[in-house]
Amino acid sequence: MLLVDDEEDFVSALAERLHLRGIDARIATDGEAALEAMEIFLPQVVVLDVMMPGLGGAEVLKRIKAMHPELPVILLTGHGSIREGAAGLTHGADGYLVKPIDIEELIDKMRGALSGD
Amino acid sequence: MSSSILWVRVHPVTASRKNGIKALVNFSKVWKWLTSGFLLHYDKIGAADRYPYLRRNIILLMLAVTLIPLTFMAVINSHQYHSSLKTEIINPLYTLANKTKHSFELYLEERLSTVRFIASAYAYTELSDEKTLNRILRVMKTELGGFVDLGLIDNQAHMVSYAGPYELLGKTYSQQSWYHEARLRGTYISDVFMGYRKFPHIAIAVQQFTKEDLGWILRATIDTGKFESLIAAMGLDPASDAFLVNREGIFQTSSKYYGKVLERCPFSAPLGNYGTSVVEATDPQGREMLLVFARLAQHDFSLVIVTPRSVILRSWYTLKSEMFFIYFISVGLIVLVTLKLSGNLVRNIREADEKRELAFRELEHTQKLSSIGRLAAGVAHEINNPLAIINEEAGLMKDLVGYGADFPQKEKFLGLINTILKSVDRCKTITHRLLGFARRMEVQFEPLCLNDVIQEVLGFLEKEALYKNVQIRLALAEDLPQISSDRGQLHQVFLNVLTNAIASIEASGFIVITTWQEDDQTQGVSIQDNGCGMSEETLRHIFEPFFTTKHGYGTGLGLPITYGIISKLGGDIKVRSKPGEGTTFTIFVPTKPKTG
Repeated sequence: MLLVDDEEDFVSALAERLHLRGIDARIATDGEAALEAMEIFLPQVVVLDVMMPGLGGAEVLKRIKAMHPELPVILLTGHGSIREGAAGLTHGADGYLVKPIDIEELIDKMRGALSGD
Repeated sequence: MSSSILWVRVHPVTASRKNGIKALVNFSKVWKWLTSGFLLHYDKIGAADRYPYLRRNIILLMLAVTLIPLTFMAVINSHQYHSSLKTEIINPLYTLANKTKHSFELYLEERLSTVRFIASAYAYTELSDEKTLNRILRVMKTELGGFVDLGLIDNQAHMVSYAGPYELLGKTYSQQSWYHEARLRGTYISDVFMGYRKFPHIAIAVQQFTKEDLGWILRATIDTGKFESLIAAMGLDPASDAFLVNREGIFQTSSKYYGKVLERCPFSAPLGNYGTSVVEATDPQGREMLLVFARLAQHDFSLVIVTPRSVILRSWYTLKSEMFFIYFISVGLIVLVTLKLSGNLVRNIREADEKRELAFRELEHTQKLSSIGRLAAGVAHEINNPLAIINEEAGLMKDLVGYGADFPQKEKFLGLINTILKSVDRCKTITHRLLGFARRMEVQFEPLCLNDVIQEVLGFLEKEALYKNVQIRLALAEDLPQISSDRGQLHQVFLNVLTNAIASIEASGFIVITTWQEDDQTQGVSIQDNGCGMSEETLRHIFEPFFTTKHGYGTGLGLPITYGIISKLGGDIKVRSKPGEGTTFTIFVPTKPKTG
């Protein structure tokens, strides 16, 4: 999976935890980098933070869905941006989680998204 | 309050336009000072003094504006009436006195002319003949009337010829002052004296000169019966009296009430007066009288008319007392109404001011809340990121230690990390609440469960409930289906109601919260407390803005806002309460937002 969040500490710790659970996760710290990375390797799931400087989460989501409509995207949102999260759902995101997240919940959501619903 | 006096230089308005404008400007300055600084503007005064000051000013102004014209009018009216009344009554009397005076003058003048005529027409020698004198007297009596006798007095003051009933022939008059007066003046009219048969008479004497330039006097006596008939002809009302007096104030005719002929008149004539005048005096019986004095031209007689003042002024007294009555009643009414009205007015103003203050404060409060809300949202959001970092990193630490090899402190390590993670959870809850508070400002519908909403609100209040020793019992319906509503607004509603419930509990008590599905369209929530309850009177007013029983610190807007929210959501709210037993609020929330 691809983790996209501008907080590097957060995202690298999360990736490492996923590794310990046997999940391969790559990280990107901004939208541009994420989209570039996706041209190199296509993840099975993208976990995307909605509040990012530069190319914002909503824009990235749109582009991803434009390029790969089947690709599941899970949104991460701080409490202040629940609206963005909910809006994101209407734009095709496949789920959202509120930070700080529970890793087990994330894995559940991921599996759910991958099992194709 | 400015107590400085504005000195205004008033420029005389000349033909010059500049000066005219200057004068106008000065006047408007004075006017402005009068109306704005002094009387009506009270903004510059401190709140505590403001209202009594305003009331006092209003009272003064109203009293001045009403009482001054009233008094003015009353005074002018009474003055007018009094003077017109006086003239209306007095003028006829005046005229009457004058007319009668003229009649008297005419009468005396006629008699005097007659005697003068006789004295001129006849020579001394002819008049010395008593037969002639008698004949003349007879003719005078028949043709003119009133003559009693006729006498001729020579230059030695001897009566040398006489016609009449008295024995006056040969009498000497040199000791009599009237004789000398007659010699000096040429004519003489005497005062009244008691004469023949005790009737009053007057004497008329005329001087003539012989060819030898010797002075002789022709004297006639007139009886004054005519006087009485002249007076009677005046036609005065029975209460009035009229008579003739001489210079010394001796009655020359009999007065009806005040004395007979030759007695002294109790009224004294006005001094130095040669025409007709009106005076007021008190008669011997103590009554107030009006006297008209008319001085006769050719003699020191005065015609006096005496009328009781009460007769004349009766209508004036009635009017005066009526006027006083009306005036004082009016003044009393005006003062009463002014005081009452100004009191009410000022009280209303004060209440309106206070309400406005309160509304401003509430608005301020709300605005503060909304900015705090925004701040809270900002803070919460800012904190979420570091919180997420702590969470992940601590989680990673837990994973690494957990999956890794054992080492002596492993358990302790895991314990410590768990504590960190638990604290992160607490922070999450706190920021969640903060953001819930912030979100109150925006209206948005979302699927929610009422039970959850209530739990969230209770999270806010649990500290306070604990502190006040209030037990919260929940009877929330299980599996209560989700509804679509505004979470933030519902938070506010339940927060308001619960806050009131907790506040109504004095020492310790309980609150029971029940939820249920009322029908397809509605879910119900009831919040019951066993606090102090509310009276029927209070119940009538609780949803009114600014109504509060928390004297001093309640804004009185909590329940009105609640009511407004529930109305906006399309629900309903009911209250039941008994003083001393407690209150139950029942809120109905629609499952779907009501459109329109």
